[in-house]
Amino acid sequence: MNNVATEIVLKDATTSLAEYEAAGGYAALAQARALTPEQVTDELITSELRGRGGAFFPTGRKWSFVPPKNTLPKPHYLVVNADESEPGSFKDNEILSRVPHRFIEGCLITAHAIDCTNVFVYIRGEYSGPYEILVGALEELRDRKDIRGDVTIVVHRGAGAYICGEETALLESLEGKRGQPRSKPPFPAISGLYASPTVVNNVETIATVPPIIAMGGAEFAKLGVENTRGTRVVSISGNVVNGGNYEIEAGMSLRDIIYDLGGGIPDGRTLKAVVPGGSSTVILTKDEIDVGYDFESLAKLQTSMGSAGIVVLDDRCCIVQLGIRFSEFYEHESCGKCTPCREGTRWLTAILRKLEDGRAGEHELDLLLDVCDRINGKCLCPLGDSDAIIVASYVAKFRDEFVAHIEEGGCPFGGASSLDHVLAPVAMHTHSPVAEVPA
Amino acid sequence: MSSLYDEIQAIRAVYPDDSESAVLPALRRAQQEHGWLSADVLREVADALETTPAYCKAVASFYDQFHLAPIGEHLVEVCTNVSCAVVGAQQVVEAFESELECRAGETSADGKVTLRTVECLGGCGWATIVAVDHHYRTHVKADDVPEIVQELRGDEQRGD
Ligand SMILES: Cc1cc2nc3c(=O)[nH]c(=O)nc-3n(C[C@H](O)[C@H](O)[C@H](O)COP(=O)(O)O)c2cc1C
Repeated sequence: MNNVATEIVLKDATTSLAEYEAAGGYAALAQARALTPEQVTDELITSELRGRGGAFFPTGRKWSFVPPKNTLPKPHYLVVNADESEPGSFKDNEILSRVPHRFIEGCLITAHAIDCTNVFVYIRGEYSGPYEILVGALEELRDRKDIRGDVTIVVHRGAGAYICGEETALLESLEGKRGQPRSKPPFPAISGLYASPTVVNNVETIATVPPIIAMGGAEFAKLGVENTRGTRVVSISGNVVNGGNYEIEAGMSLRDIIYDLGGGIPDGRTLKAVVPGGSSTVILTKDEIDVGYDFESLAKLQTSMGSAGIVVLDDRCCIVQLGIRFSEFYEHESCGKCTPCREGTRWLTAILRKLEDGRAGEHELDLLLDVCDRINGKCLCPLGDSDAIIVASYVAKFRDEFVAHIEEGGCPFGGASSLDHVLAPVAMHTHSPVAEVPA
Repeated sequence: MSSLYDEIQAIRAVYPDDSESAVLPALRRAQQEHGWLSADVLREVADALETTPAYCKAVASFYDQFHLAPIGEHLVEVCTNVSCAVVGAQQVVEAFESELECRAGETSADGKVTLRTVECLGGCGWATIVAVDHHYRTHVKADDVPEIVQELRGDEQRGD
């Protein structure tokens, strides 16, 4: 497997329309428009592209679920998910900032494939930089009806809520409501935005569409490995020399990603663990990184690529504190609609804090896992599940460290952990005291 | 008719009739103009959208970026999620606290700067990320903080 960067999405980075066109930009759009929508969708099915937002759903199939207008006479919508708020993930930021026209070209091709003229890009409110670049790129297309066709692209800014990345919460938010998930079915392809057929795709998914049309689905499917075709833009962060985004061929070894692309661990420290696909993914120990970065290889380790945010943690990281910080995040971002998530994320934080402070006994470890069980699979969306799954994985893989907190009556790192005393927003926004766990 | 009213009508025109999609962009526009969303501002937005202030407040309170209490002239937001935290975000927060002589969540006594910690800003590989008036500074270290604070105590305008 190729262990250098392979660029098809990020290649020829430019924000300028003239430069993008000079490098062959918008040629794939012309190619696609010469095909019928069904033919474009078939090309995507052949490519075996799966969604890059985290759920990994086959993109061509998703498009094919949109009912034809003669059976359901309603407008179709394309909604692009640019909410990117998963801790560890910052690839869409880079894609929008560096190749905005490839992204727009992908929107226009997808609009053709699903027979729609209204595209909404829901971008997280914090992304002022990428927003300005995207709006600038769209401005350049103002007089280019030849490119825009009949399609209107509206960039809609979020206002700070991780849950709005979940597709139905996103649609609620786009409809001007609080961003709380809907119950499914109906799925967005049948009844999404304004109760009309809607395709929701991630930024990277959409930006991968033009190269697929340009090279042909079959050619794209030769990249990567079985079940994970093409490339992935991976985000590397944490205790690593060269943090940043790298586009790799799927299947590259996680060790090579961390050591060759990321440059390894700085400050003479050693690797302890890796969060492979954003905060929501099951942790890997230092002994589990000789694994292909693809769906199947990671599934064998009960984890996933998620949103491809690789967080590298060195030997200074206390795993209980890691659990606290991520649990605080999920607690902060829980929308409150489903009780197991609303109550459970709060409990997980509280029990972990009790462990960290040396106030917990052995039974609290069981209680922690029990709370995980009581969240998992019991809510409308998987936000709470993520907290439950990762905390359970920390206990499973670093049980000794949890036990040491109990036996030593506190943190064995003695204040030297890299996550010591980090102030989460939750400590500031809520005036209520941290939930107390009854003895 | 206020200009905010007209601007909100222009925003509404972007979305289908009888949709409420203009609520978020309208609140954002109002906050840009007034700094925060007071009861009066929420009333103004609600009138322009032909809805109620309670609805606007219910929506606004859900989202982190809307301010339902006054903030300083400038806003400094330090990401303290894991990727930033393991490379020193907490030290950056503490450096701001000591330069501004206020705690995270508070505004400096001169009213210039509000400091707060926030969840992941989506720049993890360029940690620590500090959003200064909504624009990201990357690779921020505690040592960089005095210069940023000095810059803000000068009279730069708040960006969007
Ligand atoms: C809590 C939560 C947060 C999510 N955040 C994002 C996000 O920020 N960006 C994204 O593309 N998908 C996110 N997703 C996945 C979306 O629900 C959806 O599967 C995705 O946007 C579909 O696009 P794709 O098929 O192109 O991957 C999130 C899901 C959940 C449950």
